[in-house]
Amino acid sequence: MPRRIVIGIQGVGHRVIDSVWRLGYAARFFTLTLLKSGASIRRFSLIIRELYFTGVLTMVIILVSGLFVGMVLGLQGYETLQKYGAETAVGTLVALSLVRELGPVVAALLFASRAGSAITAEIGLMKATEQLEAMGMMAVDPVARVVAPRFWAGVISMPLLAAMFSTMGVFGGYLVAVVLIGVDEGSFWSQMQSMVDFRFDIVNGIIKTCVFGVAITAIAVFEGYDAQPTAEGVSGATTRTVVTSALVILGLDFVLTAFMFRGVG
Amino acid sequence: MTTKALVEIKDLNFSYDERAILKGINMTMPRGKVIAIMGSSGCGKTTLLRLIGGAVTPSSGHVKVDSQVVHELSRNELFLLRRKMSMLFQFGALFTDLSVFDNVAFQMREHTNLPESVIRDLVLMKLHSVGLRGAHNLMPAELSGGMARRIALARSIALDPMLIMFDEPFAGLDPISLSVIGNLIRRLTEALGMTSILVTHDVHESLKIVDYVYFISEGVITAHGTPAEVRESASPFVHQFVHSEVNGPVPFHYPAETYATDLNLESSVA
Amino acid sequence: MQRATMDLWVGLFVIAGVGALLILALKVGNLGTYNEAKSYTLVGNFENIGGLKIRAPVKSAGVVVGRVTDIQFSMKSFDAAVTMNMDNRYQFPKDTFASILTSGLLGEQYVGLAAGGDEGMLKSGDKIMKTNSALVLEDMIGRFLFDKASENSDGDGEDDSRL
Repeated sequence: MPRRIVIGIQGVGHRVIDSVWRLGYAARFFTLTLLKSGASIRRFSLIIRELYFTGVLTMVIILVSGLFVGMVLGLQGYETLQKYGAETAVGTLVALSLVRELGPVVAALLFASRAGSAITAEIGLMKATEQLEAMGMMAVDPVARVVAPRFWAGVISMPLLAAMFSTMGVFGGYLVAVVLIGVDEGSFWSQMQSMVDFRFDIVNGIIKTCVFGVAITAIAVFEGYDAQPTAEGVSGATTRTVVTSALVILGLDFVLTAFMFRGVG
Repeated sequence: MTTKALVEIKDLNFSYDERAILKGINMTMPRGKVIAIMGSSGCGKTTLLRLIGGAVTPSSGHVKVDSQVVHELSRNELFLLRRKMSMLFQFGALFTDLSVFDNVAFQMREHTNLPESVIRDLVLMKLHSVGLRGAHNLMPAELSGGMARRIALARSIALDPMLIMFDEPFAGLDPISLSVIGNLIRRLTEALGMTSILVTHDVHESLKIVDYVYFISEGVITAHGTPAEVRESASPFVHQFVHSEVNGPVPFHYPAETYATDLNLESSVA
Repeated sequence: MQRATMDLWVGLFVIAGVGALLILALKVGNLGTYNEAKSYTLVGNFENIGGLKIRAPVKSAGVVVGRVTDIQFSMKSFDAAVTMNMDNRYQFPKDTFASILTSGLLGEQYVGLAAGGDEGMLKSGDKIMKTNSALVLEDMIGRFLFDKASENSDGDGEDDSRL
């Protein structure tokens, strides 16, 4: 029995050391990506191509989900608020929840599962089929040519996608509250505008999405580059991208929210 | 004679996780020749190519390419050297997100400032030399295995390298594509005046096209010679390899306890 | 996919994203109605600010004319110094009266400005001299009880005189 415990403790220690080692490797890889970004930013057509895959192809799911989330918020918000005779505040409720929290977080989760996993799978597959090594043998650095453009495309698309999500959400809330239920349109918008502050709510929301964008794409490109070059390795890496991204998004969201909205409102 | 050699390998040792993969390899590869490195699967042939390309560092000894010691080069010098050599990977390793045309144009666009019209002409020339000019609009997913290998070959000669390394160029090909690739390797080596290193276990096809053969077994060179010498070789290993016999110096059975012990026959008898 | 088509889609994507940001800023947020860049600051010292928070609106006649940007405790006068960012379009006379009010029974607190009759206008950085503190419920109850008590004691006096 004590032997088992010793082995168990050793196992835990081994895992901890292993994850710290991996974290260090990931940080080194992230720095490397940033250092080698110069070339890909100068050749912007590379980033445009990746913007198509990370941005344009994620747009549909973002727009549709945003619309539905906004409609649900509108419906639930109305149900609760009308008990206090404050149904005109439903616009404020929808807009604030979306701009501060749901927009950045849900859009980031969707982005991680749609675009993040695709980035990991693509890079992992390129590694498994020796494309990255072939590139290296052609004297082209795969980090600069493959990783950096995908990273920057992700960082650029994330805030835009989150903004689309929030806008669609507000529109969904408007559809349900004003068009369907019949809340007064004027007070819907004016209450929203008087309560949503550009600097504190919208800019903070955008900062959040930028941070999420960096985190998700950094995780995605690292997992892809670090994947075992086999079919199982790539599928495992893809799963890890989605799981790790989701945890990191929610954790970062708490930290950022605590920083931004502390002592305000 | 030695000064004319493009690749010189001297007392090369390489271990991976304390497992010795290559032990004291010495080779000389003269310019303008096709050299084959043969051996059974997993004997360190591919590792040898990676050492020549500078992808891994030897434990001791050195590889000289064009009189430069590969593992002592700085990163930039290594990249400069790599522009003059290329490697054809086992399954081609074509970039799946680029069309055939863009695959062949890849190095030209990365390393030169040629105008797009010149690149177009060059790419079509390279594709023509492998007989696939008509396929330039296809994506790699639409190609058969043999075609992909030929496109990869066109890509690897894009910048007219002095050295091409082929990693299992014949693996998984039908007999027709196999001899097409074999002929192309021979013809292009002569036409472009380059040196080719073939890592393969396809004896018959490669003996037809190469100038010199090295046999590697368990990390050491067991035999070498011209194809004619190899065919007549008295070495039991080469004989087994060339005539594809099941048993010989390379045993059919992986080392194990005696069959009887493993099946618990001896204890029951005793 | 042709290069040009891809570029077109990416262009549309960027336009949609930036458009969404603009809608958020102008239609959802208050950037359209209130511009921080064109503003001036006023300071008011209040004995008690109650539950006033940073970002609370500054209203005059019910119209939002500015926002509270900073609240500090002043060690000179031992009261609260409230800094307000005022919209440049609205100017107020020097004898403007500032009070802390509550919107509705349970609503948020805001600063209400009542214009006076002075000819000179308040300039950026000026101090509003006439202020009125927030109504604090405990104080109100306390004052009410005190008043009641003194009323009663007055009444008792009368009773005494009658005797």
